[in-house]
Amino acid sequence: MKELAGKKEIIKQLKEKILAMEGFSSGPDSHQFDFNLRPMNAAFPGGTFPVGAVHEFISPTQTSFSATNGFISGLLSTLMKQDGICLWVSSGRRLFPSTLKFFGIEPHRIIFIDVRRDKDALWVMEQALKCNSLAAVVAELRDINFAESRRLQLAVEDSRVTGFLHHYFPRKENTLATVSRWRIKPLPSLVIDGLPGVGFPRWEVELEKIRNGQPGIWQFEWRNGVFRHITVPKRTVPEPGLPQKERHYA
Amino acid sequence: MPKRYLSIWFRHLATDRMVRLHPELRDKPFLLYAPEHGRMVVRASSRALDREGIAPGMVVADVRAILPSVEVFPDDPVTTDKLLKDLAEWFLRYTPVPAIDPPDGLMLDITGCTHLWGGELSYLKSIVIRLRKGGYDVKAAIADTIGAAWAIARFGKNGTIVEPGRQAEALRSLPPSALRLETTILQRLEKLGFRQIGQLSRIPRTNLRRRFGDVLLTRLGQALGTEPELLNPVQPPPLYQEWLPALEPIRTAKGIEIALQRLLDTLCERFFNEGKGMRTGTFKGYRVDGKVEQISIGTNRASRNAVHLFKLFELKIPEIEPALGIELFVLEATLVEEVSETQEALWSMGNSDHAAIAELLDNIAGKVGMKSIHRYLPLEHHWPEASIKEVSSLVEEPETTWRTDRPRPLHLLPHPEPIEVMVALPDYPPLHFRYKGNLIKVAKADGPERIEQEWWLQTGPPRDYYYVEDENGARYWLFRLGTYGNGEPRWFLHGFFA
Repeated sequence: MKELAGKKEIIKQLKEKILAMEGFSSGPDSHQFDFNLRPMNAAFPGGTFPVGAVHEFISPTQTSFSATNGFISGLLSTLMKQDGICLWVSSGRRLFPSTLKFFGIEPHRIIFIDVRRDKDALWVMEQALKCNSLAAVVAELRDINFAESRRLQLAVEDSRVTGFLHHYFPRKENTLATVSRWRIKPLPSLVIDGLPGVGFPRWEVELEKIRNGQPGIWQFEWRNGVFRHITVPKRTVPEPGLPQKERHYA
Repeated sequence: MPKRYLSIWFRHLATDRMVRLHPELRDKPFLLYAPEHGRMVVRASSRALDREGIAPGMVVADVRAILPSVEVFPDDPVTTDKLLKDLAEWFLRYTPVPAIDPPDGLMLDITGCTHLWGGELSYLKSIVIRLRKGGYDVKAAIADTIGAAWAIARFGKNGTIVEPGRQAEALRSLPPSALRLETTILQRLEKLGFRQIGQLSRIPRTNLRRRFGDVLLTRLGQALGTEPELLNPVQPPPLYQEWLPALEPIRTAKGIEIALQRLLDTLCERFFNEGKGMRTGTFKGYRVDGKVEQISIGTNRASRNAVHLFKLFELKIPEIEPALGIELFVLEATLVEEVSETQEALWSMGNSDHAAIAELLDNIAGKVGMKSIHRYLPLEHHWPEASIKEVSSLVEEPETTWRTDRPRPLHLLPHPEPIEVMVALPDYPPLHFRYKGNLIKVAKADGPERIEQEWWLQTGPPRDYYYVEDENGARYWLFRLGTYGNGEPRWFLHGFFA
């Protein structure tokens, strides 16, 4: 019996080692962030959102581009809570800094680097990922190949900085060496009792690929500065065939 | 350190320039003239005319009478002045403080420079030989004071070096015109029989002042070193500059790196002692063929970290073209700022070390340019485009809070894009609109939020903003420019919500 327990212990340690080698930290820093993505946690290796890794987000359309930025901003607000600074690299930025406050970020704590070419954006991101004084690095670019993404992954393995690679309007959706691939789509917001107006931003979050995890689709709403999981998505989508309520506007 | 000055007198500056341009004029009698009171007056004469006793100030017609073969050209004082300035800049390789001494001389502050050439004599020789080779007829002298060097260069033997403290003896036998005085004073001195400066020293100062005014005493004092005189250098001396003359011309990148490293080490040590740091710096290489190669860097925050600064310069070293070799390296901090401990505290970054971030940003600025780095602070304006301002500093904190009371899109288009809309009633949000060829049906809407133009900044119709959501959940920010009943209002898409 004793031997068996010892073996189990060894296997557990080995598994953790393998995870660490694959780019998932198992140190204390991985548990200090609570992203409020509770039902999703089971999908992640080790049960927490992998920090200190590069995540890829794909947004083929303008609407998903904006939604993805919203979702990333929500994640950033948790990462930056401890007075962090974030670098936002972009080859085609449209982000309006003021609005970041809505997502719980002090916009003046973000340093924007606007470059013309994707190559420059990659160079800046790689340099930034090596700087462990940053809380996170976001890069928005259109083209990246596998080798380039590997360099980014190697950079974070030493520094433990979290990187968000936002692949917008991609020319092709190639495989990258990132730990995950996400797709965020906007969903119609919920208004209470048919009141006029627009509700809280709501997204369909698809974790398309996650190394050592379980991909899946969830729905989240950004309400009062935190993510809120939506359990009954049906309510938000009006059933086809039913006549729509007449709208009244304020 | 006692000062030493070198005065250079170009005896035929303007005509030497003509000879350089037209070599066939060499050894020919020619002069440059300019009109004065309706007559043509000689401004400069060639070396060949010296023998004929022709000097500037004579009338051209008289000269023609003495020497019919003389050629005449109009004088061009502007170009000559420029030549003198260029020559002064060329002398930067001999001293950091060359100055123009109009109309035809240069004054160099050579304090502490001559040992690099192995003493004052070889320093002077090197200068005179190089100028002679360039075709300039020069006389030069070294002395303790500007006045004495000036006097001896013009009235003494060419190449005189006055030993420190001996200028009074050297000046004794020179005429009073060596004191840089006005003609009226010189004429009065002449009338009273003062032929040598030495004679003046026997007269009590009060008498001299009564007869000739303060100017004479000042000039005398300046020549003897009892009165201070300031030089007006051609380039204001930068406060933070380090020099490294090379024993042999440097041609390799490695050599340049070593020179840069050494200069940075000395400069950064100085910064540490004075509590300062570099914001912008220039590294120059003076080439054997007279050209200057230079690279410049800028930092986000005053830095005195030699390793970091070296990294910034290193990116640009390939831009230096050494050609035949670089004989002098100069590192100059053109913008220097205080580095204070409080500056580091302003970010209040808790756990993060923001010096590392500043260095990262310097690296980025070196690669993609300073213009690509942006940081924003809130401004108290409702007009969306005016509600943020860009700051160049990393430490500036917002004076007002970021507002969240009104919905603002996460993506704001740099320019609002016109859309076609279908509106049921005035002041209602559109039922649907067409953007980039797609028909978008509005399912939910919020608004309007009227934002008026800020009349003290710009005038025009107000904007009525609507926050709308389509059937698929995409959220847009639209506005109507103008109102119904006041002409046809136009609609624009201005942003996308998350």
